Amino acid sequence: MDATVTNTAEEGKTWDGGNQPLKASYGKMMMWFFIVSDALSFSGFLAAYGFSRFKFIDSWPIADEVFTHFPFLHGVNAPMYYVAFMTFVLIMSSVTMVLAVDAGHHMKQKKVIWYMFFTIIGGAIFVGSQAWEWNTFIKGDYGAVETKGGKILQFVDTEGHRVALADIATAIPSVRENHERKNGIWFTKEGTRPTFTVEEIKAGFAQSQDVLIRTQILTEEGEKTVLSREESLLRVNRDAVGVVEGANLKHNEYGTPLFADFFFFITGFHGFHVFSGVIINIIIFFNVILGTYERRGHYEMVEKVGLYWHFVDLVWVFVFTFFYLV
Amino acid sequence: MAHEHKLEIFRGLLKFKSNVTKIWGVLIVLSIVTAIEVALGIIKPESLTENTFIRMKLLNWIFIILTIFKAYYITWDFMHMRDEVKGLRRAVVWTGIFLILYLVFILLTEGDYIFNVYDTGFQSWDF
Repeated sequence: MDATVTNTAEEGKTWDGGNQPLKASYGKMMMWFFIVSDALSFSGFLAAYGFSRFKFIDSWPIADEVFTHFPFLHGVNAPMYYVAFMTFVLIMSSVTMVLAVDAGHHMKQKKVIWYMFFTIIGGAIFVGSQAWEWNTFIKGDYGAVETKGGKILQFVDTEGHRVALADIATAIPSVRENHERKNGIWFTKEGTRPTFTVEEIKAGFAQSQDVLIRTQILTEEGEKTVLSREESLLRVNRDAVGVVEGANLKHNEYGTPLFADFFFFITGFHGFHVFSGVIINIIIFFNVILGTYERRGHYEMVEKVGLYWHFVDLVWVFVFTFFYLV
Repeated sequence: MAHEHKLEIFRGLLKFKSNVTKIWGVLIVLSIVTAIEVALGIIKPESLTENTFIRMKLLNWIFIILTIFKAYYITWDFMHMRDEVKGLRRAVVWTGIFLILYLVFILLTEGDYIFNVYDTGFQSWDF
């Protein structure tokens, strides 16, 4: 770090600068400071997730049943495979990053350029995958109804397979239309309305003899409770007040609203880190091409951005475990 | 800057000739561990989901231990913590571990308490 350290009379005097405490340069040390504090932010999120999960330990959604999609394989039940793929992509890009750092130590500019390039590609694939995950999660799959108490009731057939709302609902000519600016003088903006009304679901459910209700409550075996036909009818007719398709911050068809909230905040915060990591990598990538570090005489900047990149990978390992596996 | 790398993992059980081969070795270790996690997550062996240790399923304990194992190799070999001095290593790792364990302990205890309040109270929450 010749640019920031003055190598004049201070050299050799411990308290006058020019020495490196813990044998790490200023930049690397500051990156470690940042990483420790950022690690605490992420553990704050994950610990809060644990808190909410323990609070609703008998009714938390089962991740395996939520994240079952794989791109281009429509309707195939593939729990976890895509997240496993994302994890692998991120670890792989961590490897190319550490290879870039190693090539930097040996002052091999060409190699650093290529490894940085692959790292950026890996990061981009990861961010893209996360966007796809969000999209799938927000769009939802089967749909559900929500009760007065804010609980989610899902539909299953007698074998326990999920049944989509579209297969149950009987169309009732609707009296209620979506508010639009062109109709009416007094216009209040309203969000997207569900495809079906509660009445349509109730009417359809009364006719579908082989469809049952699955509640949020987990059984001893850790599976969701399926009600008998009589109980199901009673529950839907007495309690159902709304139709939920997909997820937002207030409602989601998977279970407690907190599940979607934490999904958005934790994976979103992590995705933002990956995104900024990709941007920083691109800046450093161009600096390497321009020969900035060749002229500076060392590639420490690659090492510092590498530390950040590995940290992002490290966090994902924990998010993967606590959100998708446990 | 120090260019020397310590080239042993698993406490010297595995020695690599160069830093580059060590990186690929660590990648293989991490990939195997991830594969085991995913396989366990899909199979969910009954012996591991039925038995618990400190009120948590054995399977979840295995996931957490494997995660910490992966975290160790990412920090030690990818972030070159293995090559840093002891002071830096301890300052980073123990600060984090202490604060995180403390926070997790407090929040999980509180969460469990609130669950019990909901569970044993006379108010029905499922309506």
